[in-house]
Amino acid sequence: MNEITFTINDQAVKARRGWTVLETARECGIHIPTLCHHPAVTPSGACRLCMVELRDGDWAKLVASCIYPAAEGIHVYTDTARVKNVRNWIFQMLLAAAPASREIAELAARHGVTGTRFAAKDPDEMCMVCGLCQRVCEEVVGLSAIAVVDRGVHKRVGAPFMQPTDVCVACGCCVNICPTGAMRKLFDSVRGETATKLTQLAV
Amino acid sequence: MSVCATAEIEDIIDRYPGRPEYLIFLLQDIQSSFGYISQESMRRVCDRTGVPLTRAYSVATFYQSFRLDPKGEHEIKVCLGTACHLKGGQRLVEDLERRLGVAAGETSGDMRFTLDTVNCLGACAISPVVVMDEEYYPNMTARKLEKQLKALNAADAAQAKEAGNA
Amino acid sequence: MRKESAAPAMAPFRLNAPGDLETLRNKIIESRDPNRPEIVVCHGNGCLASGAPKVAEAFKAALAETGINAKLMPGVKTTGCQGLCSKGPLVQIRPQGYFYERVQPKDALEIVEKSVMAGEPVERLMHKDPETGKPLYTEEEIPFYSLQERLVLRRIGKIDPTDISDAIAEGAYAGLAKALHSMTPEEVVREVEKSGLRGRGGAGFPTGRKWRSALSAIEKKGRPVYVVVNGDEGDPGAFMDGAIMEGDPHSVLEGLILGAYALGAEQGYLYVRAEYPVAIRHLEMAMAQAREYGLLGENILGTGFKFDARINRGAGAFVCGESTALFTSIEGKPGNPRPKYVRSVEEGLWGRPTVLNNVETWANIPLVLGRGGQWYASLGVPHSTGTKVFCLVGKVDNVGLVEVPMGTPMDRIVTDIGGGVSGGKPFKAVQTGGPSGGCLPYSLKDTPVDFDSLTKAGSMMGSGAMIVMDEHDCVVDLGRYFLKFLEEESCGKCLPCRLGLTRMREILDGFSRGEGSEADIADLTSLAEALKDGALCALGGSAPNPVLTTIRYFRDEYLAHVSDHKCPAGVCKHLIVYAIDPEKCTGCGACAKNCPVECVTGEKKEPHVIDAAACLRCGICKETCKFDAIFIE
Repeated sequence: MNEITFTINDQAVKARRGWTVLETARECGIHIPTLCHHPAVTPSGACRLCMVELRDGDWAKLVASCIYPAAEGIHVYTDTARVKNVRNWIFQMLLAAAPASREIAELAARHGVTGTRFAAKDPDEMCMVCGLCQRVCEEVVGLSAIAVVDRGVHKRVGAPFMQPTDVCVACGCCVNICPTGAMRKLFDSVRGETATKLTQLAV
Repeated sequence: MSVCATAEIEDIIDRYPGRPEYLIFLLQDIQSSFGYISQESMRRVCDRTGVPLTRAYSVATFYQSFRLDPKGEHEIKVCLGTACHLKGGQRLVEDLERRLGVAAGETSGDMRFTLDTVNCLGACAISPVVVMDEEYYPNMTARKLEKQLKALNAADAAQAKEAGNA
Repeated sequence: MRKESAAPAMAPFRLNAPGDLETLRNKIIESRDPNRPEIVVCHGNGCLASGAPKVAEAFKAALAETGINAKLMPGVKTTGCQGLCSKGPLVQIRPQGYFYERVQPKDALEIVEKSVMAGEPVERLMHKDPETGKPLYTEEEIPFYSLQERLVLRRIGKIDPTDISDAIAEGAYAGLAKALHSMTPEEVVREVEKSGLRGRGGAGFPTGRKWRSALSAIEKKGRPVYVVVNGDEGDPGAFMDGAIMEGDPHSVLEGLILGAYALGAEQGYLYVRAEYPVAIRHLEMAMAQAREYGLLGENILGTGFKFDARINRGAGAFVCGESTALFTSIEGKPGNPRPKYVRSVEEGLWGRPTVLNNVETWANIPLVLGRGGQWYASLGVPHSTGTKVFCLVGKVDNVGLVEVPMGTPMDRIVTDIGGGVSGGKPFKAVQTGGPSGGCLPYSLKDTPVDFDSLTKAGSMMGSGAMIVMDEHDCVVDLGRYFLKFLEEESCGKCLPCRLGLTRMREILDGFSRGEGSEADIADLTSLAEALKDGALCALGGSAPNPVLTTIRYFRDEYLAHVSDHKCPAGVCKHLIVYAIDPEKCTGCGACAKNCPVECVTGEKKEPHVIDAAACLRCGICKETCKFDAIFIE
């Protein structure tokens, strides 16, 4: 049996074994917002915008659809009050955390969030530290030039010792995959001398 | 980095099999020998364990006990567990910050003091607790702190004088 | 820890059959004179910090000085935490069992002369009955001890944790010998299931069910399977796991070996917090001695069963107490929780089936096997069996380590055992479960302390920290404290946790300055719900609990901050003013001298005044004043 049947918003959907709920939803043209998900790299479940509600009678639970495996007979809802509450607060916090990102503002507006109760700390900030750049560099490019540094509220993206590294070959994958446009600016903090030369050769 | 230090780093690296799972063990041992993890030592650990530098750097910045800069001559740690918090631990931090002119987590410019906070040392019965150079001081107050700092300064001055005479 | 007596009673030898353990135990007991005087000095964390090592030294010197009868050879023994930490350093004299508190080095000679040589008590150093003031001679007479049921802690405070023969004499490894002699691995699992034991780390998952699921996972995926001890006790205010590892490392080790036998594991890991160096040292010694005796390693007790374990020192990360973060840390990576909807019994360490239990849970296993699952299930209450060790801390008289049957009413622990709040006033609230738990008010003092009752009341068991708060503790401030703690300790991977904790704290910061409105309280609640629903792991998911329970039970105190701009507890700096009572002030000038900003002024021997505008509200003046003249407005 290679096909799984379950419902999303009461609509029956079919998934292939191994698919996640998000992959199934996309296949069926059901929109679930995400920022940190990209099919090229391992899902990390970091941004939590893709939360959906699982229901079974009175029982209900929120899961991240980008990592939740499709399973026979489950009932998934993408727009419940609880889901919207999570999304609304994440968007509000993102608008304040990365106010310079056009991409975030557009996605938030699409979900009806156009303002935030929170004060922005840095009006030029675009990065939300989802780690896609680090994952693509490690998993796809195979170089690991980018690190996720520190933890908790201090977490950020950078090269070791926060100095440009010649491990970077300036391939630009991180810039392309970045969902918020932040890597365009951060790129120079990672790219070292060797990489600069390589780019010039490539040009 | 001196030849001597390099040899010591190599000795530490030889204690464990050169596999990625030993990264944290190695960084801990290097820190306990040198007081911090230098760029050079981190690079050597990476070479031997086959861990990319980015991962070692992530690990070293993720865990609170790792230090990437040399620490001061005296290390002062203020416990901020719940019991210590209720009994004024945060006030002690602020007091020390004023007296030493550093923020928690920093080392003074003259490299004499490093001020740190810790989350619960499990000595809640004698809160608030301050640890100075590994010695526990129970039921700490701002006044006792001042006395202790004065004693420390006096001891250091005496030692400096002795060294000067010799 | 050192022991003053000569070499351990028995030279190490390998136990070649389960029955050899009992033989060895009898030999150890026979070789000991039960009437030999012994001075037992507590070297638990609290006593160590209040000077116990100097007390032990003083006893050795006193023994040498008195030149006591060489035949009696009194020993000075150091043990793990004896429990009554706030009254340390603690000393007990055997065989009489005299219990002395707050012993100073200068008391050593008197105790040796009176108690050790003449068998007489030194009443002035004894615990006093809180009502009659009468000295209480032994542990059995002191309510703090007599009202407890010390099972997991049964050997702690009695044995020298660095000497395996001491532990064996007190029954260590008997459960293991019994299981290896007469039980199949399946029977061991069944016994644990029968006991009803639930994980002591926080969530209270039934241990037997966890082991059973691991067996099914092994059936599907094969071996290796790993057994892991979670010794990353990080809840501030909780030190019971540290005390167990330091005071009776063999109980944890024996539990782990039993688990390995039940599941067929050959490798185990003990992940111990870096802040517990003594625990690490004692576990290392225990493991080395257990290997020598044939209790760990190849061919355990001559039965062919093979198992060994290794210690991983934590590197300072609270989040590593979370199971998946702990595994990634053992694998040598940053301790980020894994975003998986597969349970760790199936896919844990190195992607293999893994059973992770916390220290106290493992330490319960030898009891379950030694005395039977049915006996264990008869302790406590139906869905929370056995006992639980708590750390009673905060504004309570007897701060320390307490073990009671599950379901014991909260007030019995805080007031009867803990002696209540100093000064005899009722407590304001008890915080349980650390940064993931909640705050229960005095009105719920009769709540039975078990997993389900605490959850129903909006708090949780957590690892067992019980923080008693009095009228001078502010719930808004406590909420800020826990959020600040978690901001630093969150791994920072998922957005609700990384961004949400700060935003929640900022709203509370506003309250602590008297800013905000009822709408902000509603926003805070809604954001808290988003964190509970949205965070990736239990750290973020439970982070709002302290705030949510205090809003539920102490709403008036929140309103006092935002509406009346007052902090009733007198804690929030922006809402308080320090002032001097001119009636009480003697003009001694101590406060003025110590004020860091020199904002206290006055003539000598005349009442002083505080310049509220310049005052930092650091509280040093209040702390300095010997005449209680400084108060908070």
